Amino acid sequence: MNINATLLGQTIMFILFVWFCMKFVWPPIMQALSERKKQIADGLAAGERGKHELELASKRATENLREAKQRASEIIAQAEKRASQVIEEAKGTAKDESNRILVGAKAEVEQEVFRAKEALRQQVADLAIAGATKILQREVDAQTHADLLLSIRAEL
Amino acid sequence: MTSESITSSAYIKHHLQNLTFGKLPDGGWALAQTPEEAKEMGFWAINLDTLGFSFLLGVLFLYFFSKVAKSATANVPSGGQNFVEWIIDFIDNSVRGSFSARNAIVAPLALTIFIWIFLMNLMDLLPIDWLPTVAHSLGLPFLKVVPTTDPNATFGMSIAVFFLVIYYSIKIKGVGGFAGELALQPFSSNNPVIKAGFIPINLFLEGVNLIAKPLSLSLRLFGNMYAGEMIFILLALMGGAWAVASVGNSVLFGTQVLLSLGWAIFHILIVTLQAFIFMTLTIVYMDMAHQEHH
Repeated sequence: MNINATLLGQTIMFILFVWFCMKFVWPPIMQALSERKKQIADGLAAGERGKHELELASKRATENLREAKQRASEIIAQAEKRASQVIEEAKGTAKDESNRILVGAKAEVEQEVFRAKEALRQQVADLAIAGATKILQREVDAQTHADLLLSIRAEL
Repeated sequence: MTSESITSSAYIKHHLQNLTFGKLPDGGWALAQTPEEAKEMGFWAINLDTLGFSFLLGVLFLYFFSKVAKSATANVPSGGQNFVEWIIDFIDNSVRGSFSARNAIVAPLALTIFIWIFLMNLMDLLPIDWLPTVAHSLGLPFLKVVPTTDPNATFGMSIAVFFLVIYYSIKIKGVGGFAGELALQPFSSNNPVIKAGFIPINLFLEGVNLIAKPLSLSLRLFGNMYAGEMIFILLALMGGAWAVASVGNSVLFGTQVLLSLGWAIFHILIVTLQAFIFMTLTIVYMDMAHQEHH
């Protein structure tokens, strides 16, 4: 219960303890605490950012989907148009082809007709000549009247 | 009670005497064998038990905390680190709540005060006869286990706080500012003559105010712990006395155990509260030292 030099000893000890605490205890722990605080804050921010990015990505995905659908329908429409075009073209070429064939056929037919006419004319001429020959057997000499006969044949 | 030959007052006195080492009247340095001898040693003597226990507890505290601090990481904390961080967070919040200026010394100061005083107070919960009995068998005449029941310890700490307060008062406000704070308030006047007349009154009031800080700090802690210790001593004495008188001794001995238990449980509150009050008042005083009055 007496006041004595313990007082001084205690004061010095106290100051030393405070100094030690200030030097070696407080700063590292506070640093760890603030570092952890920063880590947690960073983590939360990253989480927030991730959520935001997810939102953006899903938005972008729906956008892409919509675009793709639009493009697909466009492509389908184009294809349909192209198909009808092709059909039209095919129809045109078929018509042309048929016309050409028709014209060719007509020409051939005409030629055939012409050839038949020619043959007929020949035959008619021959018949006529034969007839005339028979009729005129006596009067007409084939040799002498050859010119005549030729001209008749040409006329027929 | 160790023996029937010890009277009640001797038992109490024995428990309230520190283990003092100093210069005897005949010139030699030795441990004081009686309270009278300790008194005669005067100022230049040392209470070995107070210094020893407070040193051990302080080293224990700093060893544990610095070990944790050395391996402190920002990752998931271990159990020890978690505990230390919990305390440090609590101290940090207290400092932030009461201390508005910036000073790196205040928080470690508060931490040291709180834990150290808490540990010293906690020694009060050890059964009061254990360590003194061990010491007695080792040949030591006295042993006071709780350093905070020695006014030297509490005054030692409060004086350190007091010097810090004065140091920072002068550092922040300058000698003139600090002197002005002491001399020119609370009473002030626009008339220079009246102002000069107020100076002695102000000096007296503010001087009392200033001195009261370390006094109240240390006496509050000392008084609380001393009274608590005294009650433990009286309870032990009661149980012992009744046991000696052999009046239904086992029942009355049980009463002592129960009462001591109740007081110890209540004392846990006082132990923590006194450490907390010492810390908070220190923070507040440091805050006042950093604030300019106008």
